[in-house]
Amino acid sequence: MAQQATPNPPQGTNWLVDGPGRILVSAALPVLAFLLLWQSFIFMRDADAPKLVIGVVALLVGVGGVWLLYYAINRLVETLPDDTRDKLRPYVFVGPALIILTVFLVYPALNTIVLSFMDARSENFVGLDNFVFAFTDESMQVALRNNALWLIIVTSVSVSLGLIFAVLVDRIGKWEPLAKSLIFLPMAISAVGASVIWRFMYDAKPASRPQIGLLNAILIETGSDPVLFLNEIPLNTFALMVIMIWLVTGFCVVVISAAVKGVADEILEAARIDGAGEVRVFFSIIIPSIRTTLITVGTTVFIMVLKVFDIVYVMTNGRRETEVIANRMFNEFYRNGNYGRGSVLAVVLLIILLPFLYLNLRDLRRQKG
Amino acid sequence: MSSVASMQQSQAAAPSVRRSGVRDLLTRAPVSVVVVLICFLWSLPTVGLLITSFRPTQDINTSGWWTAFQLPFNFTLDNYNTVINADGLGNAFANSLLVTIPSVVIPITIAAFAAYAFAWMKFPGRDLFFATVVALLVVPLHTSLIPVLRLYVNLDLNGTFLGIWLAHTGFGLPLAIYLLYGFIANIPRELIESAAIDGASPFTTFTRLVIPLSVPAIASFAIFQFLWVWNDLLVALVFLGTNAEVEVVTRSLSELVGSRGQSWEVLTAGAFVTMLMPLLIFIFLQRFFVRGLMAGAVKGG
Repeated sequence: MAQQATPNPPQGTNWLVDGPGRILVSAALPVLAFLLLWQSFIFMRDADAPKLVIGVVALLVGVGGVWLLYYAINRLVETLPDDTRDKLRPYVFVGPALIILTVFLVYPALNTIVLSFMDARSENFVGLDNFVFAFTDESMQVALRNNALWLIIVTSVSVSLGLIFAVLVDRIGKWEPLAKSLIFLPMAISAVGASVIWRFMYDAKPASRPQIGLLNAILIETGSDPVLFLNEIPLNTFALMVIMIWLVTGFCVVVISAAVKGVADEILEAARIDGAGEVRVFFSIIIPSIRTTLITVGTTVFIMVLKVFDIVYVMTNGRRETEVIANRMFNEFYRNGNYGRGSVLAVVLLIILLPFLYLNLRDLRRQKG
Repeated sequence: MSSVASMQQSQAAAPSVRRSGVRDLLTRAPVSVVVVLICFLWSLPTVGLLITSFRPTQDINTSGWWTAFQLPFNFTLDNYNTVINADGLGNAFANSLLVTIPSVVIPITIAAFAAYAFAWMKFPGRDLFFATVVALLVVPLHTSLIPVLRLYVNLDLNGTFLGIWLAHTGFGLPLAIYLLYGFIANIPRELIESAAIDGASPFTTFTRLVIPLSVPAIASFAIFQFLWVWNDLLVALVFLGTNAEVEVVTRSLSELVGSRGQSWEVLTAGAFVTMLMPLLIFIFLQRFFVRGLMAGAVKGG
């Protein structure tokens, strides 16, 4: 720490600044920082200390520790000869990110692909058995069919509703922000919270007792029998989709609304003066002008829906033909301990996403070129 | 078609140019009614939950929440008392904070350093590494779960806060780097160069100049990541395991649905406790919230 006080003049004579001591001190820093972090990790892992103490240590280490490591490693690199230093420095900045990406994303993805060709306990290669399971097993066909329905219905409904709402709220003047906030609010709620909200909406009591779920209360008022929304096939799958639509429509409204405002007023006015009705303006001018935004929003919702897990896990856990890929994947590897089948379902998700990966890379090349 | 258009034109042209015309008012009224209706429908489920959470158990089970505003009023905080203390949601709330805060700060720090290097340093492999980051934006975290879980079992990291911080760091990092790169790369070259001329090392330039300038981008990502981690269930289920000591709110609530599926007094109050943080952020930081979510759109959740 001593050299921090000295403003590093190149002609300095202090042995701590440019003697061998400098390298020693600087080399010791990262080692010390690392040891300190490691000890606190072990403390947090093993200690029976009160929650508050662990919490404080955790926050200090989690928040400050990373900075300390960068600082220490940077000090060490700064002591090296100029040319080595300049070559090494970028890797000090970018290295930790690359290591973490490799450990948590790149290697696992490759490993999962390998595991998808192996048996439940990852001991023997079984060829394409898991893929055959994924596409021919009867319960898997239900999951694949449901996932496809989710993708088509939730994506199209929420983008369409988002578009309609966005155009409507654009015309109500000063209350627009409030209206958008109310529709957007579910986006802040976890899918688990939303599931509880809708479980309550869907609640059904026998016809003889008062209904406490809003939807069945309305049905009773109109003279129908109560409906078990989460039990009746195929109604239950659609009941789950409603939750997702309720969650993501607000996102669609906000993004599309920004684009709708970008449509030039002159074009809209010109069309109206030419006698185009509002419906015609909507289809012939607004939709074509915001096509790119609609595609972006649609893609985003598509990717979110593809990975739907929480709603199904909490509401039905896939019972009564409501299964989807991600929930089945979780149950295969976590409940059944079948790594082969779990992996193959993760690979299925990855394969469906590959076109988007390609598009991202193509856009990147375009920007650079 | 054109003749019809020109006929309508003669009738409609004058009022539609002036925005405050009578026609405008007439078209605006029905639109406003529709919008109010939509907002009402969209809020209804949440409002029902909120009202129910303050009603006594007896009332919840015998009448709909929409009847709660008949005299005599009968509201209570007992449900909250029960879920926070007896059902352990208070503990889970603390755990969620302990999981979430470092899971936001660590990836931001690591991503900011990396984004700076990608934007302002030349080194072999830079373009390839950056392309990898962009590709990883789309890779689902599902392909990471099994291998990382096995790694954690070997390292004894399973069910620890450190384990889940690192996992969330890994899963959030591509988006964080991508967003911060977009921002940091647009800092004017003269600013960065003048700092170097003044003798600042890249490290100093980074901490004194780049980080303060990047606060808007950092805030947007921080809010996106905060909500993502706070609301996450899957990663918590896999890496925190079944240990009640480290249980987070989403997991507690999903357990309650399983074990006390018809105790609506517990479920409604519990759901609201889990929603509290996100709602506060939504209300007070809405500007950043929207920006963060739009930025997160590339990742798609």
